[in-house]
Amino acid sequence: MYSVILATASRYLLMLLLMFSVFLLFRGHNEPGGGFTGGLVAASAYALYFIANGLDAARSILRVDPLRIVVAGLFVAMLSTLPSLFMGKAFMSGIWVDTGIAFIGKIGTPLLFDIGVYLLVLGITLTIVFSLAEEDNR
Amino acid sequence: MNRMLMMPVLLPFATAILMLLFQRKIVLHRILGVLSTTLLGVTALILLHGVMREGTLALQIGGWDAPFGITFVADTLAAIMVAITAIIGFTTALYSIGTINTEREHYFYHPLMQLLLMGINGAFLTGDIFNLYVWFEVMLISSFVLLVLGSRPQQLEGAIKYVTLNLLSSAIFLAAVGILYGMTGTLNMADLAIRIPLLEHRELLTVVAVLFLITFGVKSAIFPLFFWLPASYHTPPIAISAMFAGLLTKVGVYAIIRFFTTIFTSTDATLVHQLLLWSGGFTMVVGVLGAVAQYDVRKLLSFHIVSQIGYMIFSIAIQSPLAIAAGLFYMLHNIVAKTNLFYMSGLMRRIGGSYDLRKIGGIYDSYPLFGLLFLVPALGLAGIPPLSGFWAKLLVIRSGLEAGEWWLVAIALGVSMLTLFSMIKIWNEGFWKQHPQSDYDFATSTYHHLGRLDKSMIITPIVLLGLVTAVFGLWFEPFFTMADHAAQELLDPANYIESVRGGTL
Repeated sequence: MYSVILATASRYLLMLLLMFSVFLLFRGHNEPGGGFTGGLVAASAYALYFIANGLDAARSILRVDPLRIVVAGLFVAMLSTLPSLFMGKAFMSGIWVDTGIAFIGKIGTPLLFDIGVYLLVLGITLTIVFSLAEEDNR
Repeated sequence: MNRMLMMPVLLPFATAILMLLFQRKIVLHRILGVLSTTLLGVTALILLHGVMREGTLALQIGGWDAPFGITFVADTLAAIMVAITAIIGFTTALYSIGTINTEREHYFYHPLMQLLLMGINGAFLTGDIFNLYVWFEVMLISSFVLLVLGSRPQQLEGAIKYVTLNLLSSAIFLAAVGILYGMTGTLNMADLAIRIPLLEHRELLTVVAVLFLITFGVKSAIFPLFFWLPASYHTPPIAISAMFAGLLTKVGVYAIIRFFTTIFTSTDATLVHQLLLWSGGFTMVVGVLGAVAQYDVRKLLSFHIVSQIGYMIFSIAIQSPLAIAAGLFYMLHNIVAKTNLFYMSGLMRRIGGSYDLRKIGGIYDSYPLFGLLFLVPALGLAGIPPLSGFWAKLLVIRSGLEAGEWWLVAIALGVSMLTLFSMIKIWNEGFWKQHPQSDYDFATSTYHHLGRLDKSMIITPIVLLGLVTAVFGLWFEPFFTMADHAAQELLDPANYIESVRGGTL
């Protein structure tokens, strides 16, 4: 069922929800939020777009196969563990770099790990949603 | 040295990611699979060497000290288990190249194998109970997918039983972890070993111990919790069955060893040790009796897995240093011999045309060398000297006699005879008798039509594992010394505790 109102709204909501998900991701280090919630919100943004506009439209706006996002997420999460190995600290120790810019502050490997989780959750959720949708279309 | 501890987990993980990045390049998957398991073997050896030289190694992940952070610990037992996992992983990677069809490979067969290895290694190396739960899940989820890969009806039927029972046991595991945490306020194994003897309210301790016993009993398939195993292990392709048969149940046995020596000593949980003892006896008998009735090679071997687990459980329950060492050596011997027999059952089908012993025969006539190779793990499993099974059984029985468990020793000896009977049955039916179709031409078998590479990929693992069985038997002493060393460490956890908490105190 195609609804003009939902389809129009979903286009704006997609942007808003994605921005919100990134906000959640960055906020997560000290306050509620983080990669997992951020990823879920981002996935729900695409899921909403899919409900309003259909599977093909959602796939084309995502551009990449969701499974690729999963792999990218795993890869980023693994990358975040490597600096600790090279710096001779205990495995998975957080390594922080102070950028000196007041707005950004310190950036460290936990953030990288969180981005990995974000991508992973986004990818997995969309893989599940899209597969179920395909099953429905058959 | 301590950083090496992460490698057995990190290496398969990185390989799996690399494989997924190049999703469509199947040849690359195969090469990476072999390469990564080879490297895994090297790291496992370095780790084993390090543990033998420096004693138990511990790594506090993220620099958070035990008991607050997660600890990775390698004592002799864990290092040995990682090494044997690497051997099985390597041979299975080879065997998969020769036997797994491209469709399965496209559906992430190779990355899943790597993730399975990661889960197994993680379970061996972790020093934290909740973390152990997580590794079990990593392992189980990969194994669920591997089990149904290809989705044939019989695979799905087996998978339902496998998944249901294993999920149930995971839920019980989680409940037990929760109760234990409520009682002691810690989940670090070394810390638990200190706190449990000091507990004031011990009412729930036996309950928790029994819950853990049920959990790991399901995973390691002991009586009466083993029914899922013979119902599911024969359904996937042989490379997967072999990997499961060799390693998965043994992770459960490993957990039982770890829990009921380091954490719950025999004074804390007498009931559990009694239960283990009798369950071991029943597991032996029921498993072997189930096997006697089977004609499908894979089912027959699956029942033997159960029966062999009984020996390990029996010797763990006795709790003397010799018994634990015997159980460990038995486990090593069994992993190698059993995996090899599964590889061979795959080859038998490719040569003879079926897994059903009634429908094949005459393999020895056409492939005499294969016949001889079969005898190595088969007689090894039955316990014929000088192969590894002889020493393993000798030790188990000796420790049983020392503990005065006459009945169970008698059972173990009887079961040994029946094991030999089963192996002779496979030999007689599969190799010795004429092929039931008198005009069956071995030149038409699927094996005969394989390319040179595929053939060598099937044969090499069989020869390699055969060699390991022979080496375990003929050059037995260094391996037993290692097992003995591991047993000493397990029964005196002071060393383990000190290495885990060393930095903090």
